[in-house]
Amino acid sequence: MINQYEVLETNEMIEKENLDVRTITLGISLLDCIDSDLHTLGEKIYRKIYEAAKDLVSTGEEISREFGIPIVNKRISVTPIALVGGAACHTKEDFAYLAKVLDDVAHKVGVNFIGGYSALVSKGMTPADELLIRSIPLALSATERVCSSVNLGSTRTGINMDAVKLMGEMILETAEFTKENDSLGCAKLVVFCNAPDDNPFMAGAFHGVTEADKIINVGVSGPGVVKTALEKVRGENFEVLCETIKKTAFKVTRVGQLVAQEASRMLQIPFGIVDLSLAPTPAIGDSVADILCEIGLEYAGAPGTTAALALLNDQVKKGGVMASSYVGGLSGAFIPVSEDQGMIDAVTAGALTLEKLEAMTCVCSVGLDMIAVPGDTKATSISGIIADEMAIGMVNQKTTAVRIIPVIGKGVGEMVEFGGLLGYAPIMPVNSFSCDVFVNRGGRIPAPIHSFKN
Amino acid sequence: MKKTIITVVGKDTVGIIARVCTYLAGNGINILDISQTIVQDYFNMMMIVDTNHSAKVFGDMADELSALGEEIGVVIKCQKEEIFDKMHRI
Repeated sequence: MINQYEVLETNEMIEKENLDVRTITLGISLLDCIDSDLHTLGEKIYRKIYEAAKDLVSTGEEISREFGIPIVNKRISVTPIALVGGAACHTKEDFAYLAKVLDDVAHKVGVNFIGGYSALVSKGMTPADELLIRSIPLALSATERVCSSVNLGSTRTGINMDAVKLMGEMILETAEFTKENDSLGCAKLVVFCNAPDDNPFMAGAFHGVTEADKIINVGVSGPGVVKTALEKVRGENFEVLCETIKKTAFKVTRVGQLVAQEASRMLQIPFGIVDLSLAPTPAIGDSVADILCEIGLEYAGAPGTTAALALLNDQVKKGGVMASSYVGGLSGAFIPVSEDQGMIDAVTAGALTLEKLEAMTCVCSVGLDMIAVPGDTKATSISGIIADEMAIGMVNQKTTAVRIIPVIGKGVGEMVEFGGLLGYAPIMPVNSFSCDVFVNRGGRIPAPIHSFKN
Repeated sequence: MKKTIITVVGKDTVGIIARVCTYLAGNGINILDISQTIVQDYFNMMMIVDTNHSAKVFGDMADELSALGEEIGVVIKCQKEEIFDKMHRI
């Protein structure tokens, strides 16, 4: 029988330590909507998403009330639109029209983001892929809730450097198109190496082609819970530290598993995966950087940060894997800058640089995330940063990502405000030496030797 | 049998248990277990109840208990047992 102490502990996690389920993401395949007529395609997409997701938000709220746990976001991911729209879209505007359809249906069913305005081009681009990529600035400036992602490389295929070069240009163009709102469009655009098919987190969520028709994926969170648990083992050795993180991750993930099963039952849609992530928000006490400080660093970015993050990431996985029957997505600690108060403080204090962040991405689950850079950063420099990050993912057989925001009209040290969960960030300096010749070579970087496992 | 956990936390005052129990009795909710402590004037109660024979929708019950809590000046939460079970039992 459950005892009072356990009940109190759970409720304290929820009320004081920001334990929540970060997202229930409904993945929907749009492959059966494909049509060569653009408006028919648009109608089919709208109808399929609406029918599948009309009860998503209310179901999420009901589960939230039953268990007394906040479920912060309800979201949708769809099949990469480059695949769905290939037959119908002949111009950038055609693709942007589909983005508008996605945005309309997202508003209609009440989800706050819809992901999947995506292209998978890790080895090469079809004309449709390229057209979609070129339409991203238009699509993101004309919509509110659509998120876009592009997979540029993988351990099996290498890195598509033509696409890396193009994305550098498109990120800058997206920034330019949305400059009235501090280049907000770029906060909804992410590039990947080894993108997972079942990631429930935005901006990178899409419904992979290997997935079922519909699927429920859940992303848990709880940096505050881990931080509070670690406060109780100050000064103890690494064994105790790791054990504490593991146990806490187990508890957090079990809640995610419960919510996922319940949502799956109520919506009659199969359960896919739980993503075991420590996803921070700008709220005080909901920070991954604060965990690093609790482990023993003055600021995130101090020497030792990469090691601390590596152990944190590993223990979160070890605890979480036991708690859920299926884990997937990104699973690990997120280190976005603008969405994490501790990271913002570290950048402001001068403790954390772009280069240190890059090192940190070698050992955690995503990559350079929500980083604001000066608006006059060159497209080739952005491509260079992307290429570096893709190389880390490719060689280490892990997912890496870049979500970088060149803020038009602002320079180093200025603040930029994205609002809500996206937070705010100080603009960080970028290494100003040129990589033009490297980026302009064209072609692709071959897959690394350890990809040949057959 | 699916059980529900009701927690009541707040400053101690006369009649907290009485009012919560009256509400439960009035809605056909059976109390299976009560544990209660007072630490430095702070009232802390956990009830395990069976709502299977109640006509109330779970969400409505949670809202009404929460409103009752506000009236008394305490916080009343009502959650299905599974969240605690999942979190604390392998």
